[in-house]
Amino acid sequence: MYNFEFVQPGSVADAASAMAGEDAQALGGGQTLLPTMKQRLASPATLVSLTGIADMKGVSAADGVLTIGGATTHATVASEAAGSFPGLAGLASHIGDPAVRNRGTIGGSLANNDPAACYPAAALGTGATIVTNTREIAADDYFQGMFSTALDEGEIITSVRLPIPQASNYQKFVQPASRFALVGVFVAKYADGVRVAVTGASEEGVHRWTAAEEALSANFSASAIEGLSVAADGMINDLHGTGAYRAHLVGVMTKRAVAAAS
Amino acid sequence: MPKDSGIGASTKRREDIRFLTGQGNYTDDINIAGQAHVYFLRSDIAHGTINSIDTSAAAAMPGVVRVFTGADFEGVGGIPCGWQVTDRHGEPMQEPAHPVIAQGKVRHVGEIVAAVVADSLSQARDAAEAIVLDITDLPAVVDMKAAVAEGATKVHDDLTSNLCYDWGFVEENKGAVDEAFANAAHVTTLELVNNRLVANPMEPRVAVGDYTRHNDESTLYTTSQNPHVIRLLMGAFVLGIPEHKLRVVAPDVGGGFGAKIFHYAEEAFCTFAAKACNRAVKWTSSRSEAFMSDAHGRDHVSKIELALDAENNFTALRTETYANMGAYLSTFAPSVPTWLHGTLMAGNYKTPLIYVNVKAVFTNTVPVDAYRGAGRPEATYQLERVVDKAARELGVDPVALRRQNFVTEFPYETPVAVAYDTGDYHATMDQLESMIDREGFAARRAASEANGKLRGLGVNCYIEACGIAPSNLVGQLGARAGLYESATVRVNATGGLVVMTGSHSHGQGHETSFPQVIAEMIGIDESMVEIVHGDTANTPMGMGTYGSRSIAVGGSAMVRAAEKIIAKTKKIAAHLMEASEADIELKDGAFSVAGTDKSVAWGDVCLAAYVPHNYPLEDIEPGLEETAFYDPANFTYPSGAYACEVEIDPETGKVTIESFAAADDFGNVINPMIVEGQVHGGLAQGIGQALLEACAYDENGQLLTGSYMDYAMPRADDLPNYQVDHSCVTPCTHNPLGVKGCGEAGAIGSPPAVINAVVDALQSGGHAVDHIDMPVSPSRVWSAMNS
Ligand SMILES: Cc1cc2nc3c(=O)[nH]c(=O)nc-3n(C[C@H](O)[C@H](O)[C@H](O)COP(=O)(O)OP(=O)(O)OC[C@H]3O[C@@H](n4cnc5c(N)ncnc54)[C@H](O)[C@@H]3O)c2cc1C
Repeated sequence: MYNFEFVQPGSVADAASAMAGEDAQALGGGQTLLPTMKQRLASPATLVSLTGIADMKGVSAADGVLTIGGATTHATVASEAAGSFPGLAGLASHIGDPAVRNRGTIGGSLANNDPAACYPAAALGTGATIVTNTREIAADDYFQGMFSTALDEGEIITSVRLPIPQASNYQKFVQPASRFALVGVFVAKYADGVRVAVTGASEEGVHRWTAAEEALSANFSASAIEGLSVAADGMINDLHGTGAYRAHLVGVMTKRAVAAAS
Repeated sequence: MPKDSGIGASTKRREDIRFLTGQGNYTDDINIAGQAHVYFLRSDIAHGTINSIDTSAAAAMPGVVRVFTGADFEGVGGIPCGWQVTDRHGEPMQEPAHPVIAQGKVRHVGEIVAAVVADSLSQARDAAEAIVLDITDLPAVVDMKAAVAEGATKVHDDLTSNLCYDWGFVEENKGAVDEAFANAAHVTTLELVNNRLVANPMEPRVAVGDYTRHNDESTLYTTSQNPHVIRLLMGAFVLGIPEHKLRVVAPDVGGGFGAKIFHYAEEAFCTFAAKACNRAVKWTSSRSEAFMSDAHGRDHVSKIELALDAENNFTALRTETYANMGAYLSTFAPSVPTWLHGTLMAGNYKTPLIYVNVKAVFTNTVPVDAYRGAGRPEATYQLERVVDKAARELGVDPVALRRQNFVTEFPYETPVAVAYDTGDYHATMDQLESMIDREGFAARRAASEANGKLRGLGVNCYIEACGIAPSNLVGQLGARAGLYESATVRVNATGGLVVMTGSHSHGQGHETSFPQVIAEMIGIDESMVEIVHGDTANTPMGMGTYGSRSIAVGGSAMVRAAEKIIAKTKKIAAHLMEASEADIELKDGAFSVAGTDKSVAWGDVCLAAYVPHNYPLEDIEPGLEETAFYDPANFTYPSGAYACEVEIDPETGKVTIESFAAADDFGNVINPMIVEGQVHGGLAQGIGQALLEACAYDENGQLLTGSYMDYAMPRADDLPNYQVDHSCVTPCTHNPLGVKGCGEAGAIGSPPAVINAVVDALQSGGHAVDHIDMPVSPSRVWSAMNS
C-alpha cells in the first residue's frame, strides 16, 4: 500500500467536494478497494470514506419502492429487506462471508461492477434507479460492461431505488474458489412483465436475458424456459468453466430462480 | 472405561490454550531491536535471460540499507538438495545449481531477482519499484511431456535435457513384469493426473535473520518443521557457518503440511543479510508470495496397468509417471516420486510383480516437493483407481476384488523393497463395512434419483510407509541425511521432567501426547512433564516432523531416554531402601521393593540425585538427565479402508460429499482425540484435492491460481461429518510403543474414495465415464457428462 490521506465527511456535499481533489477516490466498505491498494494496483492520493454519512445509510420501503442508501452494508440489507423484498435480502445474505457483509456496501458493489458480483443482477433485474450526488441513472443505462459504469469521475452513488416485485429470486451458482457468481440469475416478476438479469456469465458483464423475460412474462413458470438456450459465444471461458458450461447454467439458474421466486 | 490420563487418554491439548487465546509466539511475533525488513523483487516471467539489473536508483531511496542481487551471492553456496536418485542406467540424477538469488536466468514466476533491505517494509517495496531489470523472455517450458521432447527449450542450459532422472523400480523385474502382462487374462489400463497443489498453511513463511558481532554468531528464526535440518543445510552447504556458530529457532508454527520442511532461499538470505548489514533482517511472506514461492505438491501424470489372471488375481502391475520437479530441486523433491512412491505400489495387495518407471522433469514452475503424504497419495490414487476400474470391467464387486487380493500374512515382503511388519486389511475393511450400511445404499441411491440426483459409493484401501526412516536403508537409497530422532529427558530435583525433542510440533499436539507417554511410564501426572522443541540451542539433534514420524521415531527416542532415567532412578531407589536393584518396581510414581512394604516416592529419588548426601556416588553420577537417539529398524505401515458417498446434481455437475467413513489401523494410539483430529485434517486435504484444489499455469508459465480467488480451498461446508474409527489395532512390532503414525493417512486414503464414488454415480446415470481427473469441479463433471 502507498501512503494516502484519509477523510471521513459527514455529508454528501462534503464528500463531493473532497472527491474533487486530485486522485481522490471513494471508499465504501473497502472490500474491493483495500486489497487492490495493498497489491499496489491502486494508489489514490485521498480516500473519501462514505460510511460516516448518515444520509447514505439505511433501507426504507415506500410506494412499492425499496430505497437503500449507497453506504448501506450487505448485512443491513439482508436483515432489513427480509420482509419487504426477500429476493434481494436473500441475495445480500449470500455475498462473501460475514466480515465482507458487515463491511461491503451496495454503492461499492455497483460502482465496481465486477462481472461476477451479485448486486448488479438485482439492480438490472429490477430496473432500479441509481441515484448519485448529481443525477439519477436507470439501471439499463448504468451497466456498461465489465468494471465499467455510467458514473463520471468523482460521482457518488448516494442511494439505489429498486421497484419491489411481486415475486423474485436470485440463484447464484458459485465459482468454487472465490464464491462469487460463476453464474447468477435474478428474476423479478412485476404486474407489467418479468425481468431476468444474468451476472457472472458474460464477457459483457451483467445483462438481461430478453428471450427468457418474454417467455416468463407470458407464463411465469420454470417450464416456460424449456427450449430456450443461450449462446456460448461471448461467455466467459476460464479455469472454472467453459463458455458452453456457463451458457447452460444460465438456463438452469433461471429455471431455479423462477421455481423459488416468492 | 476410557482412561483419563496416560497412554490412550483423550487429554485435551494443552497448547490450544495459547493458540486459541492469541498467545502463540509465531516467527512473525519476533521482532529484534533495530531490525530491517527485506522486500524480494520476484520474477514476473517464467523464463528469461537476465541482461542487467540496475539497482543504483533503488539504493539511493529513503531508508534503504542495501540492495542485493545474484552477484552478491557469487561464491556463496546454492540451496542444496537432500536426496540423490540414481537412474535406470545407474547414473546419478541431473542436479542443477540452485542460487539464493537468480543468477543469469530466471526460471519461474516468483523466483527472487533482487532483494531490498530497508528500515521499513514499505521503503523496501518503494525502492524495489526503482530497480531497473533488463530481462529477455525465453519460451517457457510448462508441460512435462513437451519438456522432455526432442528440441525442447532447456530450463538449465548446462544440463543435457529437462529430464532430471529416468528411474526404474525394480529395474531387474522389468522383463518378468512385461512377460506377466503378455500372459494376463485381463489387463486394465488407466491414465490419470495427480493434480498440482499448494500447501497453504494458515501461517505463511517468515524468516528473521540475526547476527551478533561480538561472538560471530548467526541466528535464524524461521517457520520450519525441522530447525536442525535447516541449520545443517544452510550452515554447511549455503553460508559456510559451522553449526556451533549458528542457531535456528522454529517457535510456534502455524501448520506446515510438508511445505515448511525444506530449506528456502529466503532463510539463507535473511541470515546472510543480517551479517552483511550487521542488523537483524526480517521477511514475512504475503499470501501472494506464498503461492509462488512455497514448494508445491503432487503434479504427477501417470499411466498404470494392472494384469489379472483368469481368477481375478493380480499378477503384475506396471506404471509410468511423469513427475514435475519445477525449476529447481527442492530439499526432498527427488525422493517423493521414487522412494516414497514406488515402494508403495504394492498397496494392500499381494501382486507378485511390479515395475515402476518415473521420469522427473524440470519445468519453468515453482519447485515441487513433499506435501502431506508425499508420493504415497500418488501411489494410492493410481492403485485404488485402477483396481476399481478393473472391478467394473470384470463386473465384480470392488470390495470383493480387493479382499481376494489382500496380503494376509505378516511380515510380508513386497516386490518393491519394503516389508510390512503387521496389518489386518480384512479387519479394517470389515470395520468399514460395519460403518457404512452398504445394504442400504440401493435405497439411498433410489432416494437421490427421486430427487433428480445421481448417487455413488466409492470404497478403497490404503497402506502407507511412515515413521521415516531407517538411516542405513535410506542412505542406500540416496538420502544425504540420517533419519533417526533424538530426545533428552531432564528430571529436575523436585521430580518434574522436561523432554527436549527433535520432533517439532506445528499442530500435531506433541506438547500433550508426549507427556502422556512419560506419565504412563513413571505413573505420574501429565502436568509434571513439559516438552521443549524447536530451538537448536536447547534440543539435541533432530531430523524434524514429517512422514508421520513424530511419535514413531521421536516418541521412541523419548521412551529410550526415559528408560535410561528409570534405570538410574531404580539404582538410586535401591540404595535408599537398601535393597537389590533387581527387586525395585516403579508404579504410580513410587518405587517399592518387591515382597516388602518398603517404598520411596519418585520425587524423593529425584531429589536424592541432586542432593546426593545419601547416594551411591561411587557407582553413579549425581543428576538425572539422559539423551537417546533412536533409529527405526523399519518403516511403520498404517493401513485402512475408506468409503465415500457422493451425490451429483446432473444439471450443474456439482458433487456433494454425503458421507465419508475411515477405518484406520494406526497401531497403538496415544491420544485418540488428537488422532481423530489428525485424520479429520488429512481427510479435509484429501477431499480438497479431489473436489476443489488445483494449481494451474498457462502455457507461458504464468500462475493462473495465484490467490484464493482462483485456488479453491476446502471449507467446512464442503465437508461432511466424518465417521472415523481406529479400533483395529495391529501394533508395530519394531518400536517400543507399537505405534504407526497417523498424520498423513487421511490425505493419502481419501482422494480415490471420492473419485471412485463419482465414477460410480456417473455410471449409474448411464454416462460412459470410466475416469475423471481431480479436482472434480462442477464444470469438469458436467463436461464429462455431456461429451
Ligand atoms: C472475500 C470476499 C468475498 C466476496 N464475495 C462476493 C460475492 O459473493 N458477491 C459479490 O457481489 N461481491 C462479493 N465481494 C465483494 C463485496 O461485495 C464488496 O463489498 C464490493 O464489491 C465492494 O463494496 P465496498 O463497499 O467494499 O467497496 P470498496 O471496496 O470500498 O470500493 C469499491 C469501488 O467502488 C467505489 N465506491 C465505493 N462506494 C462508492 C459509492 N457509494 N459511490 C461511488 N463509488 C463508490 C470505490 O471508489 C472503489 O472503486 C466479496 C469480497 C470479498 C473480499
